[in-house]
Amino acid sequence: MNATTDLDVREGVDRETVEAVQNMGSYKYGWDTEIEMDYAPKGLNEDIVRLISAKNNEPEWMTEWRLEAYRRWLTMTEPKWAMLNYPVIDYQDQYYYARPKSMAVKPKSLDEVDPKLLATYEKLGIPLKEQLILAGVETTEDGRADGRRVAVDAVFDSVSVGTTFKDELAKAGVIFCSISEAIREHPELVKKYLGSVVPQSDNYFATLNSAVFSDGSFVYIPKGVRCPMELSTYFRINAENTGQFERTLIIADKGSHVSYLEGCTAPKRDTHQLHAAVVEIVVLEDAEVKYSTVQNWYPGDEEGRGGIYNFVTKRADCREARAKVMWTQVETGSAITWKYPSCILRGDESQGEFYSIAIANNMQQADTGTKMIHLGRNTRSRIVSKGISAGRAQNTYRGLVTMHPRATNSRNYTQCDSLLIGDQCGAHTVPYIEVKNTSSRVEHEATTSKVDDDQLFYCRSRGMDEEEAVALVVNGFCREVLQALPMEFAMEAQALVAISLEGSVG
Amino acid sequence: MLKIDNLHVKLESEDKQILKGLSLEVPAGQVHAIMGPNGSGKSTLSYVLSGRDGYEVTEGSATLNGESLLDMEPEERAAAGLFLAFQYPVEIPGVGNMTFLRTAVNAQRKARGQEELSSGDFLKLVRAKAADLHISPDMLKRPVNVGFSGGEKKRNEILQMAMLEPRMCIMDETDSGLDVDAMRLVSDGVNALRSPDRSFLVITHYQRLLNHIQPDVVHIMANGRILKTGGPELALQVEEEGYGDLLAEAG
Ligand SMILES: Nc1ncnc2c1ncn2[C@@H]1O[C@H](COP(=O)(O)OP(=O)(O)OP(=O)(O)O)[C@@H](O)[C@H]1O
Ligand SMILES: [Mg+2]
Repeated sequence: MNATTDLDVREGVDRETVEAVQNMGSYKYGWDTEIEMDYAPKGLNEDIVRLISAKNNEPEWMTEWRLEAYRRWLTMTEPKWAMLNYPVIDYQDQYYYARPKSMAVKPKSLDEVDPKLLATYEKLGIPLKEQLILAGVETTEDGRADGRRVAVDAVFDSVSVGTTFKDELAKAGVIFCSISEAIREHPELVKKYLGSVVPQSDNYFATLNSAVFSDGSFVYIPKGVRCPMELSTYFRINAENTGQFERTLIIADKGSHVSYLEGCTAPKRDTHQLHAAVVEIVVLEDAEVKYSTVQNWYPGDEEGRGGIYNFVTKRADCREARAKVMWTQVETGSAITWKYPSCILRGDESQGEFYSIAIANNMQQADTGTKMIHLGRNTRSRIVSKGISAGRAQNTYRGLVTMHPRATNSRNYTQCDSLLIGDQCGAHTVPYIEVKNTSSRVEHEATTSKVDDDQLFYCRSRGMDEEEAVALVVNGFCREVLQALPMEFAMEAQALVAISLEGSVG
Repeated sequence: MLKIDNLHVKLESEDKQILKGLSLEVPAGQVHAIMGPNGSGKSTLSYVLSGRDGYEVTEGSATLNGESLLDMEPEERAAAGLFLAFQYPVEIPGVGNMTFLRTAVNAQRKARGQEELSSGDFLKLVRAKAADLHISPDMLKRPVNVGFSGGEKKRNEILQMAMLEPRMCIMDETDSGLDVDAMRLVSDGVNALRSPDRSFLVITHYQRLLNHIQPDVVHIMANGRILKTGGPELALQVEEEGYGDLLAEAG
């Protein structure tokens, strides 16, 4: 792309933002799909765990693995250290498995999938046809130059509805399928890597997930392969009173390269819903994984009614030399967010990056950040966090950087900026830093500021209304992180930033 | 075009009267200059006209083409054709200058019920106008006013003005901080915009600018009101003699 078109595209991005603010109601994805569902009975016990395993036609070893996790979970207590306030969760008062009836027999291809489900994804703007994605980018003559193809795994409540571009990916040796399929078809890979980054007993929510996860995505990129397209999983919670527990496992073998996107939405409901996901990424020698999330679960209403409780464990293990991982997240949804995508920098010269935008408006609470665990020599990490609080929301950055004794000559740079809109919200920064060798260096910068009235007036005096002005200023504040996102996501994210802040001024 | 009548303005936060019965009328197509000592309320007047928070109008009125400005939101005033080139342009980190301009242009077009400019048309337009003002493509990409030199900021204000094509342009000390060549560029830019249905209110401390932009009328402002109104010769008088005699004359 030359400089001119680059500029054009950026222009397009910002135009989208502004249009988004002008055209949209608050939560755009709040509708639901009326569809007949099969539920497991409410509540959680060993039988439910067995039932989930049976529904997925899992082998015995997997069932045992789940039961082990379940028994472990029973001995654990919910962590309370986060700056989050929410009523006690009754784990017996929800469903742990919900599947559209039409998915009882797994469709062989997308053509066989219930049209209602396909329509759902279409309405969400998720392409389940194998086509170019041209999100907002102006089409060129041959329609290819700017369009990028993205393979999608669509997860609806507890099951994967289908995965696109599988054949083409298979030609490159890439495995991209639902995790339940991987457990059946690629047991050797799953056995080797599942739980190797986030152990069953890692934490309360990860352990719960290990017991009851229903579906999610599996990716294996073979040695030396650059994945020919971006991969993505789109999670949709639809059923009421149902938790979603997805599990994602990504393995990037030596010298491989993949960019993976994750999106999530849910209908507006008055009750809270539980979401506890685990994402594990294994990065081997010289491999590189870029994982981008736009988290837009239903955030609840202005008074804090409804919304998703989002407890997520995401971790990447740079297991060998020069492995590289980059997390980029845009967290705009959920009533509660508890999420710390982390990097274990085990291989020498491995690198971890974390770019985050976390927006909390109205009654939302976010406690999010990252962990950079430097174990190998000459490892590098970089953290850029932009937290925006509005309404009566609370937004906490919590980050851990450790330099182990062996991690000599390692570096971390952390920048952590908070922006406050209005005077009833809060921003908190909680950095933990441990350096156990003398040659490593950790740099931490933090700022907190308020949206500046002079900036808003300047924008308005040029003709923008107040919401456009806020969107523009906030997007400017987040620019560094937005630029770390793949183009398609950057546009969605910018629009989302604007929408999430609706009603925060005036 | 612009009619200000007996305008009284105090600060919202404290009991301090800044404008004390200011009246002024700028007919269509004319250029008026305002000169006056530091602190006489010139910037305050420009802010009040464009709708900045923090001021309270206690008496009087201001209309643009017969419409009362004071009841409008800042963006409505902009859409009605008012533009203020700031004495101290504001920095907006992370927002590209081009993006800012385009958002502004399209916001105004939308407010007036016009089609948005396509990205191609917009780029063509902005590049041409930027070139006239010697604004480099690099400055168009950089964040709004961030790290711009004083003179670059002022030229950038004029670029915005040229892009937005307002009907009533208020320029608050746009000449301060400009080198001789930049002064000429800015003046040429302003002169190119002069037309029978566009008016200018130019706030300045120096006659120098008025050599380039010939005013029809010069107002001397002091202590929150207009002290004296005259032709271009008034500016020459101030330049030579200062405000002493004028202030004494008015008591
Ligand atoms: N927000 C404020 N708080 C306190 N005083 C203010 C405020 N705004 C304006 N003033 C005062 O009002 C008076 C007029 O200020 P203003 O900036 O309008 O003057 P000016 O004529 O533009 O001066 P200059 O030629 O120096 O730019 C000054 O005494 C200034 O200190
Ligand atoms: Mg002034």
